[in-house]
Amino acid sequence: MTHGILSDILDYANRANPYPLYEELRRTPVFHDGSGPYVISTYYEIQGLLHDPRLSSDARNLAATAGDPLAGEAEEEAALPPSFLKLDPPEHDRLRRMTNRPFGPPHSPRRVDGMRDDLRAIVTGLIDNLGDPGRIDLVDQFAYPFPVTMICRLLGVPREDEPRFHVWADTLAASLDPDPDADPAERQRKTHDSRMELGMYLAGLIEERRKHPGDDMLSQLAAGHGQDESMSTMELLSTAALLLIAGHETTVNLITNGMLTLLRNPDVLERLRREPELAAPLVEELLRFEPPVQLLPQRTPLVDIEVGGVTIPKGSSMWLILASGNRDPKRFENPDRFDPDRRDVQHLGLGSGIHSCFGAPLARLEAQLALTELARRLHNPRLLEDPPPYRQNAVLRGPRHLRIACDEVRSA
Amino acid sequence: MHEVTLDHLKREGRIVVVGASLAGLRAAETIRDKGFTGSLTMIGDEPYEPYDRPPLSKGVLLGKSTAERTALPRRRAIDAEWRLGTAATGLDMAARRVRLADGDEVPYDRLLIATGVRARPWPNAAEGELDGVFVLRTRDDGAALARRLDAGPRRVLVIGAGFTGSEIASACRERGVQVTVAERGDAPLVGALGGVIGAVAAELQRENGVDLRTGVMVTALEGDSTGRVRAAHLSDGTTLECDVVVVSLGAQRNTEWLAGSGLGAGPRGIACDAGCRAFDIRGIVTDDIYVAGDVARSPHPLFGYQFLSLEHWGNAVSQAETAAHNMLSVSTDRRPHIWVPAFWSSQFGVNIKSVGVPSMGSEIMIAQGSLAERRFTGVYGYQGRVIGAVTFDNARWLQFYQQQIETTAPFPVPFPTVDRRPDGHRPVPADFPDPSVPTHGPTITLSGYSPADRRMTFTPAGH
Repeated sequence: MTHGILSDILDYANRANPYPLYEELRRTPVFHDGSGPYVISTYYEIQGLLHDPRLSSDARNLAATAGDPLAGEAEEEAALPPSFLKLDPPEHDRLRRMTNRPFGPPHSPRRVDGMRDDLRAIVTGLIDNLGDPGRIDLVDQFAYPFPVTMICRLLGVPREDEPRFHVWADTLAASLDPDPDADPAERQRKTHDSRMELGMYLAGLIEERRKHPGDDMLSQLAAGHGQDESMSTMELLSTAALLLIAGHETTVNLITNGMLTLLRNPDVLERLRREPELAAPLVEELLRFEPPVQLLPQRTPLVDIEVGGVTIPKGSSMWLILASGNRDPKRFENPDRFDPDRRDVQHLGLGSGIHSCFGAPLARLEAQLALTELARRLHNPRLLEDPPPYRQNAVLRGPRHLRIACDEVRSA
Repeated sequence: MHEVTLDHLKREGRIVVVGASLAGLRAAETIRDKGFTGSLTMIGDEPYEPYDRPPLSKGVLLGKSTAERTALPRRRAIDAEWRLGTAATGLDMAARRVRLADGDEVPYDRLLIATGVRARPWPNAAEGELDGVFVLRTRDDGAALARRLDAGPRRVLVIGAGFTGSEIASACRERGVQVTVAERGDAPLVGALGGVIGAVAAELQRENGVDLRTGVMVTALEGDSTGRVRAAHLSDGTTLECDVVVVSLGAQRNTEWLAGSGLGAGPRGIACDAGCRAFDIRGIVTDDIYVAGDVARSPHPLFGYQFLSLEHWGNAVSQAETAAHNMLSVSTDRRPHIWVPAFWSSQFGVNIKSVGVPSMGSEIMIAQGSLAERRFTGVYGYQGRVIGAVTFDNARWLQFYQQQIETTAPFPVPFPTVDRRPDGHRPVPADFPDPSVPTHGPTITLSGYSPADRRMTFTPAGH
């Protein structure tokens, strides 16, 4: 286990505000304590590495995982082959390209925008049912069910199965994150079992979609057309699992972090209520200020590379701390200030390079709609506890609960 | 004429921008951003406010956008006096005045020249005036050509397979219009990217149904009795029936209006220092005249201090900002324009991007992906260093290769990359045409002695 600043970052006690730790880290842009990962915390270095073709995302290129608390899971034990998130070109390109066919341009240019009405209806329904305005848990009652409902609809996963995959998804998300109290073997077994069960569940669903195709993404991926050969069943399972989990674990945090930030900046919240067009720049600034994915723990160099005067040996594990790069004063003026009017906001919140967030267009739209509607309909909202209790996870960071109160939930 | 102090210049000086272009507009915006409150005059020979050119050969020809909707977005208000539809016709450097076509003269304390380039016309003027013969450079050109494509021509002939010519051919095919491309070189894009990549581009065109003819020249255009173009004669002896011809033979720099002014301006552009200050014909740098965009030629330290003139969108923006900054700065605060050349193109569904100066490269290696898949990164080497890179549908890696160029990284690329295929381990000759033999733009021979007798004739390649 790592000591010092890295264990501080992983320490749950610092979850509510890791930014002072990142600031300390940036004094050593490439941090390495001898046995742990190489940790990159400054904007330009991270940006450069995200576009560096000498860096692999494939865990099979990782030489030694010793000392990296985030690289505990042995991939060969995994129940499903790695998703394109953890593959390099050309496999990555092929799978991502095929996945993109039913999702975005050029083949499906209006898929995301066409979901606008659905998204608005779900948001409206959830806000209508918030119940007692004096006791709202924005995570359980809104920020979680919203993206889950949406990703289910997009993929064609029955919403009523949510309680089943919720458990698997939680376990898998948690597997990204070290839990010092858990027995590693037990954790690994649980992760493996969850992937296996999720895989079996999706396999059944895909079989069903092959027989009765709909216009959902699973049906279209299973049908597979275009210049690439179609996905193998195992590839399809990995891709579906990736979309299902990444499609909601992150957006929950984006919305919750967003509302938390707005409640801490009531003037901005009030502006959003009056100027809904503020939503787009506001979400971009949010992705800079409180990115839902704080760091990328899965890159490894194929050769010795030099970053900021430090040689990182081939096969080393690396962390790219996106959230720290986003607050790098060498890149952003007043980086610790939340400023939706910021014009220069080329953040790292959705990554960059070939692995930049696949679901970004959907995540952006979901967050914009969610925050605009909450701002419009909650009258005089306020935080009941600040900071709120956070989830265990340091990588996918966000509040576990966001308890708020308001005077009244305005009608739609 | 007294020299104004910088402070006085900023408060109540007179700045004139000739060229209501992308570079002109971005310079004007930067000038105001720097706190200039004096008078700002924008002079343009076209009647339009600054517009964007890249869509003209892409979305506009496809009918997805119209030429009228290409106005450039404004970053801020510039509070300028616009003299549109009025060409600048002369420059009096001593009196600091710009002469206009309408006889007016505009005095300046600082002048920015951003007059850009124009399409090289078809050398035979009478043939060039046939109905159905187009060039593509301006908004009016784009609108006229788009209208003609809307009408559903039987066959379009594109003369020249550079980037613009290839994009036009791509738009025609996407609209289902029959198109022939005649290229004097051995392949499309060969002048910019070399023969290895040119071969890929040729394959791409043929697969998409383009009738691509290489190694040939168009020697004459023929019209019918009503003055409409109906056929083209090629140097291989064939005759091609066509009802639309697009002449895409590169560009000429708009510097004629400066003839006799004493400024170092000529057919290759206006020479300037790295800070965008124009040279006069004696090779002495001026203090009050700046240049930016396609018309500028400036020395670049990364490329052996060669004077580069770049017809690149990003260069126009960056050079304009640098020029604007420098014209309002004391000498020690001035910045060099050291933009790394970069451009993009979109044709036949492929996104092509490049950085550096590929045409300086003698060798190329495919560092990622493969030519066969038409998804790759090609890295160009020159005397043991990386000098340029091109990507086909692989642009996200380009930033890395730009860094390699900026840090004069060694070539051949010594390290492995994700997605390195077996054929990418060895560099091969990049196969650029011999620069002493012109491939782009027809060779023109002048004959006759007195100006009235002078005639231009074609000299076909290898004939």
